[in-house]
Parts: sequence; structure tokens; C-alpha cells
Amino acid sequence: MSQVVFWTGNEVTAEAGIAAGCRFFGGYPITPSSEIAAVMAKRLPMENGIFIQMEDEIAAMGACIGAAMAGAKSMTATSGPGFSLKQEHIGFACMVEAPCVIVNVQRGGPSTGLPTHPAQSDLMQARWGTHGDHAIIALAPAYLRELYLEIIRAFNLSEKFRLPVIVLIDEILGHMSECFEVPEPHEYTIFNRVKTDKSPEEYNPYEVSDGELVPPMANYFEGYRFHATGLNHDKTGFPTTDQVLCQTDEVRKHEKIAQNRAEIDSWEEIMLDDAEVLVIAFGSTARGAQTAVEEVRKDGIRAGLFRPITVWPFPEERVRELAQGKKAVIVAEMNLGQMILEVERVAHSDVKIVGCQKIGGIPIEPYEIVAKIREVG
Amino acid sequence: MAFDYTPYLRMSKMPHLWCPGCGIGIVVKSMIRAIDRMGWDKNDIAVVSGIGCTSRAPGYLDMNTLHTTHGRSISFATGIKLVRPEKHVIVIAGDGDMTAIGGNHFIHACRRNIDITCIIVNNNIYGMTGGQYSPTTPRGAKAATAPWGNMDASFNLTDLAIGAGATYVARGQVGNGTQMERFIRDGLSHHGFSVIETLANCHTQYGRRNKLPDPMQLIKDIQEHSVSKSKAEKMNPEEMEGKLIIGELYKNTQRPEFCDEYEKLCQRVQELTKKVEAPV
Amino acid sequence: MADRFEARFSAVGGQGVILAGDLLARAAYEEGKFSVQSPTYTAQVRGGPTKIDVIISEEKILYPRTMAIDFFLSLAQRSFDSFGVGLKPGCTILVDPNLVHDCKGHKNVYRIPVIDLTHTGLGRIVYTSVVALGAMVELTHVVKNETIQKIVEKHAPKGTEKQNLKALDIGFSAAAAAKADE
Ligand SMILES: Cc1ncc(C[n+]2csc(CCOP(=O)(O)OP(=O)(O)O)c2C)c(N)n1
Ligand code: SF4
Repeated sequence: MSQVVFWTGNEVTAEAGIAAGCRFFGGYPITPSSEIAAVMAKRLPMENGIFIQMEDEIAAMGACIGAAMAGAKSMTATSGPGFSLKQEHIGFACMVEAPCVIVNVQRGGPSTGLPTHPAQSDLMQARWGTHGDHAIIALAPAYLRELYLEIIRAFNLSEKFRLPVIVLIDEILGHMSECFEVPEPHEYTIFNRVKTDKSPEEYNPYEVSDGELVPPMANYFEGYRFHATGLNHDKTGFPTTDQVLCQTDEVRKHEKIAQNRAEIDSWEEIMLDDAEVLVIAFGSTARGAQTAVEEVRKDGIRAGLFRPITVWPFPEERVRELAQGKKAVIVAEMNLGQMILEVERVAHSDVKIVGCQKIGGIPIEPYEIVAKIREVG
Repeated sequence: MAFDYTPYLRMSKMPHLWCPGCGIGIVVKSMIRAIDRMGWDKNDIAVVSGIGCTSRAPGYLDMNTLHTTHGRSISFATGIKLVRPEKHVIVIAGDGDMTAIGGNHFIHACRRNIDITCIIVNNNIYGMTGGQYSPTTPRGAKAATAPWGNMDASFNLTDLAIGAGATYVARGQVGNGTQMERFIRDGLSHHGFSVIETLANCHTQYGRRNKLPDPMQLIKDIQEHSVSKSKAEKMNPEEMEGKLIIGELYKNTQRPEFCDEYEKLCQRVQELTKKVEAPV
Repeated sequence: MADRFEARFSAVGGQGVILAGDLLARAAYEEGKFSVQSPTYTAQVRGGPTKIDVIISEEKILYPRTMAIDFFLSLAQRSFDSFGVGLKPGCTILVDPNLVHDCKGHKNVYRIPVIDLTHTGLGRIVYTSVVALGAMVELTHVVKNETIQKIVEKHAPKGTEKQNLKALDIGFSAAAAAKADE
């Protein structure tokens, strides 16, 4: 019989990481993510894994990348200011194509903000927080069982596509608990990085064969003696300033995602078949949004919910299709308007798009979304 | 017979980008000789660096190499070492890299006493970015961002390392490559965090601004400001003013090493939790 | 949403109410219901007012915070004042009359001296929140008495099962008596 747990979201995150094969956690305490590190500190030594509390979030992220290069599946977790500090090394992980998972338990901001209160205001930072063009994947589950599976998926995607994957939750999900049955190993797959089958003499760390986009990996100390650098590099891994080579390599990294959307994309559609009003919400906010949609349906207002689970890349095409011909689109989010920018970008210009936004640490309550739907519906 | 460096170098990456006569070359050569003496397999060595002229060294070394971000090489090296504690991890960094932006990571690695060898090339300046002052630029010296003379106090790197808990600390200088090689070798064989500061010439960025534009002139100047341990013992504080002690300055083989301790912790935890189910 | 039941346990300091919330949520799950426990962090100081919200439903729980509270427990005036908001009209309120004097005109208030009862019945007041949980279950029947007993037996901290079961019983009978008084 499977195990029924009543873990908090932070506990779920840690346990799911271990189930996914995470054997290295580099952390630095920060509310409301600290319990993830605490569980890892307790659990990893039992699993022959490594837990280390570093001197700051930059170092924690650096240690995770070093561990990934040496062959371990690694993870870090943070919030607010810590996520800002990690950005430099998230970019480095993108550049050297190091698989790793970063969990951001979002809290109010900017700066120290509201350490104990939820927000969804790091959505854009998850996409664009580190400097330079880079492609990234970010997942935003809304339920704790889903969180468990999405953490596993985050590891799988990071290993498969060789990039950092961000999991965005928030203080609500991090601290709440929800009874659920822990998914059994047969309910998910575990993907491990593809290793090179070339000899060290033939191996180039960033070379892909025709039609492929993800270079097979070698770990350090396996006889390959390759070089990795945060400078733009060619397939050999050594720096280059050749415009064509630089562009080709960076475009390839974008294409890793662009050409694998079917596998990366994930969303939930609720009562959208006949919907006239489209509500879009992600993470914990989507839970209240679904309540709101169900509530207005009782009064005959045909509303439906679109809930992106993969938030980056943004599900452009699906949102464009769904927005088409709607009376209105409502984007509910715990920030002052971030996902709505994406919706506005992709929806046809004649659709009315309105925000239902709230910050300050109190989640958007269902009645607030109900009111918005009534206003436009 | 002259020492053959080529087995340790990626010859296809030559010529290197350092200025002719740059002190970094002397340090890297000493490091290669020290590694050779250790008899280690190149496949078992990782060399990690940050950003700067010094930090370009790993690109030329035929080992497992990682060129990371400015100041943060130690954090990456820590991750690598923890995953493969039986392998050899070396960090090489400039003075700015390791003690300005990387200062916090540096002192914490010293405190942890993790078995990594950290070689700091101290040329008293930010070489790569064009001669700005660093935490080791002497008071009064000129730099791109100290055109009127540096008014800032400087770090004594070996004191810093000892104070923070490093368990092997030595200082060499580019005028004596053989001695430097010995310090690096002792650092490599030491089980714990070892710091080897190497006083080196950046005649291009430091020397030119301070009336020492020729490498030999600057190396001579460095030697003049260096005193051996035995000599230093006989000198009074006034005589020591502006001088740095060369030699093995600290060694402690008693303090626990981080990876060993982690291993013990795992064993203890696994023993304790053998029959206990995962927490619900 | 209709069958949604929201309970709020509040007190001053201590982890007792957190445990009570945890046990209630597990009991609901045991009965095939969905349950969510949702803490709200205030700028908490040790010994300050604390609360825990538990939501129970026949259906998957969407919104994870309270919307209209069906049951409110308060073991201190300060916690009553801080957290006695968002209560549904007719909300069942349970207070310790020795600690909460002003119930702000709310109706449907059960005054049970849980601390005294715990002290006399068990000798230690650490079981107060479980006594209160027993009373809560008897007052609301949101889960069956047998279910909460089963869960307490299974999940109470090792070695304290018996005492916790006794605490539940004290709560059950005190609430039954209070109802009879109505
Ligand atoms: C975050 C960040 N800040 C600044 C820089 C620019 N930068 C590159 S190298 C360097 C200093 C190099 O000096 P040092 O570490 O002493 O090494 P050297 O070049 O002298 O060997 C600086 C400031 C950078 N690359 N990254
Ligand atoms: S600038 Fe200075 S440190 Fe850099 S290569 Fe030239 S001499 Fe060496």
C-alpha cells in the first residue's frame, strides 16, 4: 500500500527531490523555503547524498553546479533575495549546460519584502533574472501531489535537456499540508543524463550529432578532461568570439526547448469547452480561480480556467487559441501584472484582457475573481 | 634534463593570452612540476578558477577544468570535491578574484577545512580589467582607480587564511620557482584546505603605473619586499614594514577535514536510522 | 464548495494547536475526505498568538485558505481578538471561559474550561489541545469520534498515545455535557 503523507509543500519538495535521484543539496536558509534545506539535511545523509549549507545563495548555486559536473543530481531552494543572488550562477548553468533544479518558494518583495507571506512576483525573474539571452524551463505546480511529480519532472527535464530548471511555488504551497498518497515509482519515470559513447580523443563536450540538440555528457574524472567555461565557447568547450559559432551555440540552446515543446509543455484546462470568459492563473492562485469559475457557473456564467503548469516556456499557442473569440480573458496573479504581459503578447489584439492582481501577502480570494468575472461576463 | 611541461598542457590552445614575462606563467609552471612530483593521474585532477588573467590558467591545463564566475570558484570546487572526495581539486585565482569578490567564499572554505588546494596569484592589482586596485594593492601605489595613490588598507592574505582556519598556509614569490613548487607540492599533499599565496608580477597593469614597467625590475622589487621566515624572526616591526614573509607559515594536521567528517556523519546517521522508516 | 468545512484552532504560543490540526486533517483523510492544513505566518514572536486552519471537504480542496470558518477554537483572549475574524454566521465557537472573557457578542459559543479539565484529568496541560480537539469533534461531528481516536492512537508522539486518548475522552464528554446544557 502506498504511503499516505501529510507533508508541507516544503517537505514534499525535499522528498520528491530524493525520489528523483537528487543526491546533492547546496542551501542557504531563507524564509519561507528553509524547511526544504532542513529536511534535506536530515534525509540526504541517510541516502548517501550530500547536504551542505554554504555561506550564501551564490555559493549554494555554485556548489550545485560543481556537483552536477561531477555527476550528481543537484538541487537548491530559496526565496526572495536568495533567488536574486542565485541569478549569476543560473546563467552559468545555462552557459555550461549543467543540469540542476532550483526551487523558489516565492514571498513578497522587492528586497526583503514580506518574508512570511506569499507572492508570485518572481515569474518574470525566473525567465529573465540572469543577464543575457538564455532559455529556461520553469514549472509552477498548484497541488502538493502535483508538486511531488513536478519536482521529479524538473529533474528529468534538467537531465534530459541539460539546463537549470526552476520550480516556482510560493509561501502558501510551501507551508500548507495536504493529505495525499505518495506516488509510487511505477507512476513516474526517472531520466538520467545521456552519457557520451565517444572515446575521450573524439569527445567534444558541446558537440551534437545531426538532428540532435543536446550534447551527450561526460562527468569530470571519467577520463575526458574537458573544459567548461562561462565564456561563449564552441563545441570544444573553449572560448571563442567567432560570431557565427557563438550565435549557433546559443541558438541551439534555445532550440533544445523550442523543438521539444510537446514534452516540456504542461497545463490543465477546466470547463473551457463552452467558456466565454477565460480565466488564466497558475500556482496556488489557480486553486482559488477554479473555485471562482465553479461558483459563477452556478449563475450561468460560462467561465473556464486555463492553468499553465509549465510557465516557461509560456504556452503561447494554446493561450492564443483559447483567447480567440472570448468575451474576456482574466489573468489572476499575486503580482502587479506579469503573466498578463505574456497573455497580451500572444492573444489576438481584439480580445479584452483584464488583470486580477493582488500583492501585500494575502492571496487572491475566490470572491475577488468571482467579482472580476461578473464584471466582464 | 629540462622539465617537459607538455604532457600537462593543452598545446593546441597555445599561445596563451598572458603578457610576455607575466608572473602567472611562473606560478603555473611551478604548479605543474608540483603535480608531476605527486605522480597523480591527470584524469583525477580538477582545476577550477574564477575570472581574471590568472583564472585563464585551467584552459591550458590538460585536466578536468572549470572556468567559473568572478570570485566564486571555491563554491564550484566544493561541489566537485564533495561528490568525488577521492579526487584532487585545485583552485587557482587572482588576488581580486579570491579576496575581494570571493573573500567570503575564501574564508568559509578555510573554516570548513575542505581538502582543496587554493593557489592565489597575488599581483597586487586587477590585471584583466585594466589595473584597478585590489584588496592587496599597497597603500600609496597607483592604480587605474587610484590615480592619486591607493588610500585603502590591504589584506595580508596568509594571515587572513590562518585566521579563518586554513590548515596549510605558505607564501612564495616568482623570484624563486623551486621554492614555490615545494610549497605547492606540500599544499597538494596536505589533507585539508591549503592556501599558497604566490607574489607575482603584473608589470603591464601594476608595474607600468608604479615605475616598474619591466618584468625583471618588478620581480626584483617583489624580492626586495620579501623576507624569509628566519630573517623575519630577527627583524623588528619597523623593519618589517611593507615586507611580506616567505615560507611555510602554518601547518596543522590535527583539525578534521570536511569530507572526512561528512563521511563519518553519513555512517553515523545510517547506523542510527537503519531500522527506522523514512519520516512520515 | 457546499460541503466544505473550515476549522480554526488558535491559542497563545506552543505547538499544541498545530498537532491538533494535523490529527484532524489525517482523520478526515482516513474517512476518505480531502484535507488541507494551512498555517498563516504572522510576524510571529514566541509566545504570541498562533493559529492553524484545517479545511475538510468531500471534494478536492481548491482554495487552500479559509473563506468562511465553521468552527473556531480560542484558548486565549489575544488569540480570539487576533483570529476571530472571517467566521461564518452561526460558526461554532469553543473557548476556555477562564481565558476568554469577551466573545464579541458571538452566538453559539461553548464555554468549556479545557485547561482545568486537562489539569485535573491528566495532571499536565500539554494535552490541552487534544482535549479541545475531542470537544471539537463531539460538537461538530466533522469526523467520527472513532476515527479521531484511531488517528490519535497512530500519530500521537510515541509514548503519549494513552494520555492523548484519555485527553480525547475528556473532550468528548465535556462537549457532550455542554450540548446537553443547551
Ligand atoms: C561579477 C563580476 N564583476 C566584475 C567582473 C570584471 N572582472 C573580471 S576580472 C576582474 C579582476 C581580476 O583581477 P584579479 O582577480 O586580481 O586577477 P588577475 O587578472 O590580476 O589575475 C574583474 C573585476 C566580472 N567578470 N564579474
Ligand atoms: S595584465 Fe598583468 S596579470 Fe594579466 S597577463 Fe598581463 S602581466 Fe599578467
